[in-house]
Amino acid sequence: MFNLYWIALKSIWRKEVTRFLRIWVQTLIPPVVTMSLYFIIFGNLIGARVGQMGGFSYMHFIVPGLIMMSVITNSYTNVCSSFFSAKFQHNIEELLVAPVPTHIIIWGYVGGGVARGICTGALVTVVSMLFVTYDVHSWLIVVITLLLTSILFSLAGLLNAVYAKSFDDISIIPTFVLTPLTYLGGVFYSLILLPEFWQWVSKLNPIVYMINGFRYGFLGISDVPLIVTFAMLFLFVVVLYAITWKIIESGRGLRN
Amino acid sequence: MSSGLALELVGLKKIYKNGVVALKGIDLQVKAGDFYALLGPNGAGKSTTIGIISSLVTKTSGQVKIFGYDLDHDVVNAKRQLGLVPQEFNFNPFETVFQIVANQGGYYGLPRKVAIQRAERYLRILDLWEKRNSRARALSGGMKRRLMIARALVHEPKLLILDEPTAGVDIELRRSMWEFLRKINQQGITIILTTHYLEEAEMLCRHIGIIQHGTLIANTSMKQLLANSKSETLIFEYLPIEKQPQLPGYQYKITEPGSLEVVISKEQGLNQLFSLLLEQKITVMSMHNKSNRLEELFIDLVSQPQGGNYV
Repeated sequence: MFNLYWIALKSIWRKEVTRFLRIWVQTLIPPVVTMSLYFIIFGNLIGARVGQMGGFSYMHFIVPGLIMMSVITNSYTNVCSSFFSAKFQHNIEELLVAPVPTHIIIWGYVGGGVARGICTGALVTVVSMLFVTYDVHSWLIVVITLLLTSILFSLAGLLNAVYAKSFDDISIIPTFVLTPLTYLGGVFYSLILLPEFWQWVSKLNPIVYMINGFRYGFLGISDVPLIVTFAMLFLFVVVLYAITWKIIESGRGLRN
Repeated sequence: MSSGLALELVGLKKIYKNGVVALKGIDLQVKAGDFYALLGPNGAGKSTTIGIISSLVTKTSGQVKIFGYDLDHDVVNAKRQLGLVPQEFNFNPFETVFQIVANQGGYYGLPRKVAIQRAERYLRILDLWEKRNSRARALSGGMKRRLMIARALVHEPKLLILDEPTAGVDIELRRSMWEFLRKINQQGITIILTTHYLEEAEMLCRHIGIIQHGTLIANTSMKQLLANSKSETLIFEYLPIEKQPQLPGYQYKITEPGSLEVVISKEQGLNQLFSLLLEQKITVMSMHNKSNRLEELFIDLVSQPQGGNYV
């Protein structure tokens, strides 16, 4: 049985990776272009006037946040659009008729989202090296934060897709929730710059912890304790996974 | 595990959330190796039944067993026995023909190498090998149907369910599909077919079930069902003569000069009719059924308020 599940998992993952690589102009190039513009405008032009932040140049400071921003957006979008398209075109039925349990469906799609998140993250990192050089403080923390964040937002994208009934429904969350939370998550500034009340409000934003954890891995500085970052990430992954599993298992939006 | 039954439905009920009762408790058994037709008017409950068997619709109550494996308690083994060709195209139109078939093999646990070999095998059998690198959306309607059959067969199921597989398919392709289905049935695959072409069901299937208003109103052998036909309407084309044909004892009408429509009951033989025609020096050029026998029976059955008594 394990062999069946393992092969099924690889098959879903392969299909997902093939999908985003087939349309690489739509999936891999846009984040590279967007982040390059951020590096040029915010990092180089404006950053030169901002001076240092947290003991690093402004360009150094924003690079981890921008990499994380592309990972979050791409992990989410990949799973959300792919799963919703499969629902819309009914090819999700290929999986529903087959002996593929819900856990495998979830991990197959999440694996695809993580793959795209890591691909775009790696591309953005390569582009950032054209502007700045840095010594990574802790590769272990970089990798763990990256993986957990990517898994978390892939799960969020999957949950969105399961609930979505139209293409509008899969753009509402990224536009009105994800993007504002990411921009307000400390990509471009340190929380210390905010008044105390807004610092407290910002700490309610889970993306603050992810960006700061990732920044700690890169630069060794963070506005929040690292342990809280990992606890939050782990907790959110477990809760979202449980909800997603429950909803898919119940057949909501998938089985009549 | 196998009880000689490919499919067993016990008290299958489905009530949709909006209160529509789609199935009122279907009991059905299909023997291994059978070629079974599941017929019924639109909205009768055929697609719901197939949806429940293939795990695309959740049942309200009842039991589904596929080759003895309970779909609730031994889901992996039950699903492994089943291949489904749905009514609507349900593949990713942007994937290639080969990817669609090979990936499906993976979902059933076939190692990649085996899935690739099987995909090649079934794409060649179904005459799609030349199109293996084409995107599915670029295929013609007939090719898309064959692609769905190849995909359903890649894990070599013992039970194949086809939901209107020849809808919208030209007659040449339909006949080649019949030939293919007969062949795989002879090789041992049990086939359950739903179709609106009753001629198709009569030609291919050995047993038949008719669903109406969520109830199975007929479940018998094709031979036995057709034997219940009370009458047949035949059309005779003859060389026109001055005097109109007279056929006492028969219900008949002349639809146009040289064309005669006669209703022949089960008790009346054709010999007597031909004698009468000969006596009047009528030269019959050809003779054919006005409609398919099964079609007449089907209409008769579904038009009865309580259905027939052929279960």
